[in-house]
Amino acid sequence: MKFEESFVELDGCRTRLRRAGRGKPLLFLHGASGAPVILPFMEKLAERFDVLVPEHPGYGRSDEPQWLENIHDMAYFYLDFIEALALRELTLVGNSMGGWIALEVAVRDCSRLSALVLVSPAGIAAPGVRPADIFLLSPEDTVRALFHDPKLAEARLAEPLTPEALDLALKNRHTTARLAWEPRLHDPFLPKWLHRIGVPVKIIWGEEDRILPVGIGHHLKKLMPKAQLHVMKDAGHLPHAERPAEFCDLVCR
Amino acid sequence: MPYADLDLEAGRKAGSVWVRLPNTNFDPQKGHRLYNRYLDELEYGEALGFDAVGVNEHHQTAYGLMPSPIVTASALARRTTRVKIAILGSALPLRSHPLTVAEEHAMIDVITGGRLISGFVRGIGAEYHTFGVNPTFSHERFHEAHDLIVRAWTEPGPFAFEGRHYSVQYVNLWPRPYQKPHPPVWIPSQGSKETIDWASHPGRRYTYLQTFSPAKVVQRYLKMYRDTCAGYGYEAKDSQLGWAVPVYVAASDEKAREEAKPHFEAFRNVFVRMPLEMLLPPGYTSRESLKNVMKAKAQMFGDVTIDQAIELGLFVCGSARTVRAAFQGYWGEMRFGNLLVMCQFGTLPGELARRNMELFAREVMPELKRLG
Repeated sequence: MKFEESFVELDGCRTRLRRAGRGKPLLFLHGASGAPVILPFMEKLAERFDVLVPEHPGYGRSDEPQWLENIHDMAYFYLDFIEALALRELTLVGNSMGGWIALEVAVRDCSRLSALVLVSPAGIAAPGVRPADIFLLSPEDTVRALFHDPKLAEARLAEPLTPEALDLALKNRHTTARLAWEPRLHDPFLPKWLHRIGVPVKIIWGEEDRILPVGIGHHLKKLMPKAQLHVMKDAGHLPHAERPAEFCDLVCR
Repeated sequence: MPYADLDLEAGRKAGSVWVRLPNTNFDPQKGHRLYNRYLDELEYGEALGFDAVGVNEHHQTAYGLMPSPIVTASALARRTTRVKIAILGSALPLRSHPLTVAEEHAMIDVITGGRLISGFVRGIGAEYHTFGVNPTFSHERFHEAHDLIVRAWTEPGPFAFEGRHYSVQYVNLWPRPYQKPHPPVWIPSQGSKETIDWASHPGRRYTYLQTFSPAKVVQRYLKMYRDTCAGYGYEAKDSQLGWAVPVYVAASDEKAREEAKPHFEAFRNVFVRMPLEMLLPPGYTSRESLKNVMKAKAQMFGDVTIDQAIELGLFVCGSARTVRAAFQGYWGEMRFGNLLVMCQFGTLPGELARRNMELFAREVMPELKRLG
């Protein structure tokens, strides 16, 4: 399936968007390392959905708007984005940082959403569970910590780092720090408002997640008792990349 | 003020003595002796005729035991009578309220009758990890905190201050500083164009202090400062330029190298060392500067021997004659009005530090004071 690339001008920010497929819309919000390329799980989901894969403001080839100072700014941007593209009955899927953005969007306004899929989301801290320090890990150790299957990590590390890829990596890292340095990778006030999320919620977590350990998933399930929690065996922080078929089944089910 | 009793092997094994070296490596009994020894050395600086003694701020590290330079400067304030006390500097973005800096510096200035030299820094990268302060807001917080402090020092209170990071309804500083319009402000830096543009601005003309860098780098940045002043339409005074450098003087060049070697190398290769991610968190510098550091990584993050350091001018070491000649040469190239000599570094023991101070004060300093 061919994803069409375009740029959406919104809130003074030129935002890169890839889009493919037919059906009801599904918006995928990427994590801290961005969404530079179309992955197999996106293609598979595009068989069932109209899949939209933006690069967030501050990430990848999207602009870095001055106004982007915290996760709330990002949530309001995506509320504008959903409205501007007239998305309705939207399945909102977010991984890691993107899962946090999805949560912040959903507590504000669910009227255009039909489902929320949180894939090892940031945004919530769990007592006694310590996430990896992604700002102190070297880039190589970060990649190794992302995957459960070391072969996938080594394959990723074997890709040559072009000057352009380095620029994008530093840009992504900068924006992640801006949004998530302190409090680290979560919003302490978010749990107060999770009850506002009135659409079905699936939480998907890799059992072997070494970035945000699955204990956070169990805690989130306690905070959102009606949500379904799916813990995927043999998967790390990127279950959608590591086990795409199983992941897509869970999303479509 | 290093934790000179550090088990260097433990420091090496940890990869860095910053952020994560367990504080079980700190022994308060040894710390007690070290604090008093270092404070004695600083007080001895006055007896030996130094113009100023300097203290600085670093957090949660064996590199330095001065998380609060206010405490050390206060201890010195009442034990000295003539010497200037330089706080180089207070790390503004790490404070949750900059008015506390304005107050504490003003207190020391009033207690000492105007012997305070204030200094402001952003804190180094590692401290954004230890304190949790967001490094991508570091510059903004620094500038806003600075503006609040200088206004609090100079404008009659009460007045309101509305910033993006700090918001105060009643700024009304008691005490106001002793010096008029306020204590001199020095800006220590490892070298940055943005810092130079800001410090040299005609409205500020702050003394720019290049710290612990190879002589060529010091020269480049001091020249950049002068050129920037010229660009602003005024000529920089020598007193606006400073260089902070470790120095060791002994009976002969050979003796100096032999005595300083283990202590200097511990300083450079154990106490200062940290990985790139710790040194430069996102936003602490521009991404262009970050990439330049990544390119120079091998050179910056590898070990340096004492001989290499002397060759680079990262360390000035030798007989009084050699050290004198070295500084006279450097001065000719840079015309720094202020020279900060670190007479104690790394594991250098008390008796060597004191002898170093004595030799420098008696046999090097008088000649250097005649320059300019």
